[in-house]
Amino acid sequence: MAQKQFTVTAETGIHARPATILVQTASKFDSDIQLEYKGKKVNLKSIMGVMSLGVGQGAEIVIYADGSDEAEALASLEETLKKEGLA
Amino acid sequence: MSSVLKGIAASSGIAIAKAYRLVEPDLSFKQIKVDDTAQEVQRFQDALETSKGELAVIRDRARTELGEDKAAIFEAHLLVLSDPELISPIEDKISQESVNAEAALKETADMFVMMFEQMDNDYMKERAADIRDVTKRVLSHLLGVKVLNPSMISEEVIVIADDLTPSDTAQLNREFVKGFTTNIGGRTSHSAIMARSMEIPAVVGTKEATKEIENGDFVIVDGLNGEVHINPSDDIISRYKEEAAKFADQKAEWAKLVNEPSVSADGKHVELAANIGTPADLEGVINNGGEAIGLYRTEFLYMGRNDLPSEDEQFESYKAVLEGMKGKPVVVRTLDIGGDKELPYLDLPEEMNPFLGYRAIRMCLDKTDLFRVQLRALLRASTYGNLKVMFPMISNLSEFREAKSLLLKVKEELIAEGTEVSDSIEIGIMVEIPSTAVLADQFAKEVDFFSIGTNDLIQYTMAADRMNEQISYLYQPYNPAILRLIKMVIDASHKEGKWTGMCGEMAGDEIAIPILLGLGLDEFSMSATSILPARSQISGLSQEKMKELAEKVLNLSTNEEVIEAVKKEINM
Repeated sequence: MAQKQFTVTAETGIHARPATILVQTASKFDSDIQLEYKGKKVNLKSIMGVMSLGVGQGAEIVIYADGSDEAEALASLEETLKKEGLA
Repeated sequence: MSSVLKGIAASSGIAIAKAYRLVEPDLSFKQIKVDDTAQEVQRFQDALETSKGELAVIRDRARTELGEDKAAIFEAHLLVLSDPELISPIEDKISQESVNAEAALKETADMFVMMFEQMDNDYMKERAADIRDVTKRVLSHLLGVKVLNPSMISEEVIVIADDLTPSDTAQLNREFVKGFTTNIGGRTSHSAIMARSMEIPAVVGTKEATKEIENGDFVIVDGLNGEVHINPSDDIISRYKEEAAKFADQKAEWAKLVNEPSVSADGKHVELAANIGTPADLEGVINNGGEAIGLYRTEFLYMGRNDLPSEDEQFESYKAVLEGMKGKPVVVRTLDIGGDKELPYLDLPEEMNPFLGYRAIRMCLDKTDLFRVQLRALLRASTYGNLKVMFPMISNLSEFREAKSLLLKVKEELIAEGTEVSDSIEIGIMVEIPSTAVLADQFAKEVDFFSIGTNDLIQYTMAADRMNEQISYLYQPYNPAILRLIKMVIDASHKEGKWTGMCGEMAGDEIAIPILLGLGLDEFSMSATSILPARSQISGLSQEKMKELAEKVLNLSTNEEVIEAVKKEINM
């Protein structure tokens, strides 16, 4: 299992469009991918799960990937977070 | 069988096409036990795939025709339908509890809707609407009910609806909508205003359109006489084809006035301006020879979406309108929300009397964070044309002073940031509340201009809700009480060297125009399609004579007497 911690820097947190893009990215991989915030874990391939966390600015989040393509998945998600100016 | 419905002629012209019912379908079902659960799961997956396919098409079309913004809504819908946390529980429910797909879907989706609705965040609450929307779509496919896809209309139609809300009209594929008719509404309801800005014929307030008209019925919308013919005889069709041709000729005659000034027979110049809702309406303004924008309703920027428009987004719209008008005046009304115009994402409490409640400037002066964003966008755009800012729903001078000082403060901030702001922005108010009309002499010392909003001024003066059809007889634009208020406002502005415009429906009305010309109104702002007929009418009127007419009708007693006197004077 691969995991990595991020700090959300975006003013809006992970809402709307950013959430959409993260979920779309995660869905490209076979691995199980989860997002943890404040001790609560949700499926990062679930738009409703991600939005239900209400991740705001300054939040410490951890992304877990477990499966055959876990390393690529994590790298790709990290790139997306950076590109979208989220973390 | 042919029949005729009577309604209110809301937008002129004649349209002949097939009916398209924009009516919520019946999605009721019974929960039943299924034996073959595997087949039931398959049925659910099929409905899901069909829905996704549809949404992908709609999203692509939205992207090319409506912009990335609207497309994002459908993108989100697609993601919801691909969400494993939603789909798996539904499939599990079917397999484990042997219930039909409809019940499993509804129960699971309702749970999510409830969860999102309970969140303490406006944005999240809006997600509940997304889930409800997609659930309806899948449910329709499960039940074999036709799904409404107004954005997918691909043949010429006449839209039949109970009422058309702003979000309904935003979804319509305008290219193919030739006209519409609704059960409810009047000349000033949103649906009527939209029809005029889309330049398509409409008859509203027919009471029974959705009851009497089936999908595919052949329909004639007569927006001149307020009639809707259902499956008419060949005789009637050919008569209407002639009528439509005659109307087209009349329009061609008016079109010759596009580049002419608006001058009365005895040489008095007035300004004929247009009311718009979005930059897309500019084309109509220019085609119809508008000399200015007398009312830019900015609330449309805020409607039909899930969150507030950003400063940059607003700036782009304001800039587009200012540039498009090439230095001609553009009166922008700041956010006028509340009353009949709601923004679900602001989550404002329901009120007993929304028209008398927390709306427009009252809300903006309370939620200054929101107001500042709009003011910043407006001021930034001010260097691209001739901007005039207008505050709505002003009822007393303190409100105007507060709004103006906020605007000036924002201006200073922008200048301190190094942003250029025009130095010649006029700041005025809408006069739509009787207290302001009565005190116009005091206001005139501080504002740069007035614009009389007659739709609301009439309803507030007559104490008659303009959405209530039972008392529509009290909507009396020519009541001498209203005319006297209008005179007070115009006179007060002229005394201080200021100007008065009018941006309500009355400004383009052929009975009102002679009186308003006589009262000395400076600017008439109306639906773009009314400009040329108004210009034609004014060119035949002598202002001196209309002054006498105005004097006379101000001293009559009733709405009807005024109508009669005007008709007699101008030989109607």
